[in-house]
Amino acid sequence: MHLEYRFAGVGGQGAILAGVIFANAMIKYEGKHAVQSPSYTAAVRGGPTKVDVIVDDEPIIFPRATNINVMLSFHEKSFHAFAVNLADDVIIVADTDLNPGLKPDERTYLIPFYRIAKEVMGKVQVANVIALGAIYAVTGIPKEESLRQAIKDRVPPAFVDLNMKAFDEGVKRIEELLKKGG
Amino acid sequence: MAKRLEVMSGNEAVARAAIAAGCRFYAGYPITPSSEIAEKMAELLPKVDGKFIQMEDEIASMAAATGASLAGLKSMTATSGPGFSLKQENLGFASMVEAPVVIVDVMRGGPSTGLPTFPAQGDVMQAIWGTHGDHAVVVLTPGTLEEVYLETVRAFNIAEKLRTPVVLLLDEIIGHMTGDVMIPDDSELEIIDRPKPTVPPEEYLPYDDSYGDVPPMGSYFEYPFHTTGLHHDKTGFPTTNPVKCGALIERMLRKVFGNREWLEKNVEHYTEDAEILVFAFGSTGLAAEVAVKWAREQGIKAGLLRPLTLWPFPEKRVYDLAEKAKAVVVAEMNLGMMIREVERAVRGVTPVYGVLKANGQPIEPPEILAKIKEVA
Repeated sequence: MHLEYRFAGVGGQGAILAGVIFANAMIKYEGKHAVQSPSYTAAVRGGPTKVDVIVDDEPIIFPRATNINVMLSFHEKSFHAFAVNLADDVIIVADTDLNPGLKPDERTYLIPFYRIAKEVMGKVQVANVIALGAIYAVTGIPKEESLRQAIKDRVPPAFVDLNMKAFDEGVKRIEELLKKGG
Repeated sequence: MAKRLEVMSGNEAVARAAIAAGCRFYAGYPITPSSEIAEKMAELLPKVDGKFIQMEDEIASMAAATGASLAGLKSMTATSGPGFSLKQENLGFASMVEAPVVIVDVMRGGPSTGLPTFPAQGDVMQAIWGTHGDHAVVVLTPGTLEEVYLETVRAFNIAEKLRTPVVLLLDEIIGHMTGDVMIPDDSELEIIDRPKPTVPPEEYLPYDDSYGDVPPMGSYFEYPFHTTGLHHDKTGFPTTNPVKCGALIERMLRKVFGNREWLEKNVEHYTEDAEILVFAFGSTGLAAEVAVKWAREQGIKAGLLRPLTLWPFPEKRVYDLAEKAKAVVVAEMNLGMMIREVERAVRGVTPVYGVLKANGQPIEPPEILAKIKEVA
């Protein structure tokens, strides 16, 4: 198994934290080797940001993605900056509203993470966890419980329930999309 | 060797290994992409009765780390390019007074404030020659997280054994990458402490070369002695005597260059029959490792020399491998620094080609593979 992920957004959206959680899920609960390597600008908020997560059965040598299997885009600005080194069969999961240039197809899944976070969950900060739920629902990797546990490890106790609901919402939205498509 | 699985970043690995190596003093001024080292040291040092101090700038940080070393503690400071520039004066002082100290430079794009959050390898010449005058530092360039941990321990061991500053040179990718790593138990690490004086304080001479090239080092508190950046004799007081001045500098250089064999450490892959020898270090060395593996899969006899000790330079090994190869490829995130050192070592027996880049972006395995194929 060798998988490369790139989560791209703008500073403050939680793309890098999503990468940290994902890598930890793979290491701690799936027994894989994983490395996450972030890239951001000096701007605290609003600069293009990405994190590469590489997962393998063997130790990983170079920590940056060169053949991306799954790309998550929180923002069009970052998608344009970082949508390179994509595998031919790359799966793209992206925020509908913030990636107006992307059109859904059999490998591109659009979910309004931020709209859901704000309007349904009442907390914009959980948008990245909705996205993690969506990635899980699309790819089936890692095991649901692994990802849930890794999220619990990283969020404050008072917000565990909210984040679990956010994860559920991400899964649900993808399942609805798949049903529609099928 | 008993090991345990941990998840940590390169910067965290530096801090944790420093504690394991016996570091009990850290002075620094935070700067991206090294700040997590200070952050972690601030958390860990108080737990082991160590001292952490954030100084007013990098100049003072280097001075404080040197002072703590003279006072008997293993000490460290960490920074990035702009701060590393500021540390150079006191790095020379540490070298002159023979204070063991570990200076971490997590390289980012330069010159000046440059590209604060992006990787580069443009500080290599500064690490080696940044302070003025004839001096010898040791420069270590780990790649993997496990290497970062073990090389940090080795940096302290070298500093202590040779009474000299050691530069641990990372780059932004190495400092910020986070992954799983097998860490040896502290009890399994070889820890070296500075040679201690055996004479009573009133008979102690801080630079007594009758003990060899590395004189025993007492702490300021137990063995008060004089230090100066001026040339000095065995008492530590200034001298302009040309015989003594010459002997001092020669001894300080001999401490490092006379220990080349002990200091040299390289990671090699497929070098035994390599027709294309790739030389790279740090994160570019990791990219090169992947590129060489890909080249082999495509039937190209490529091999990798990835130095963990960048200075003293592994010149004999580079020459021996280059002599058997038909081309040498040097990859580095600058526009040509170590490639000159490689060319010097190769002495024209084999052509040397560069994969050079200084735009804030890492050199990726496909770029190195492309050059390997071009020259194969």
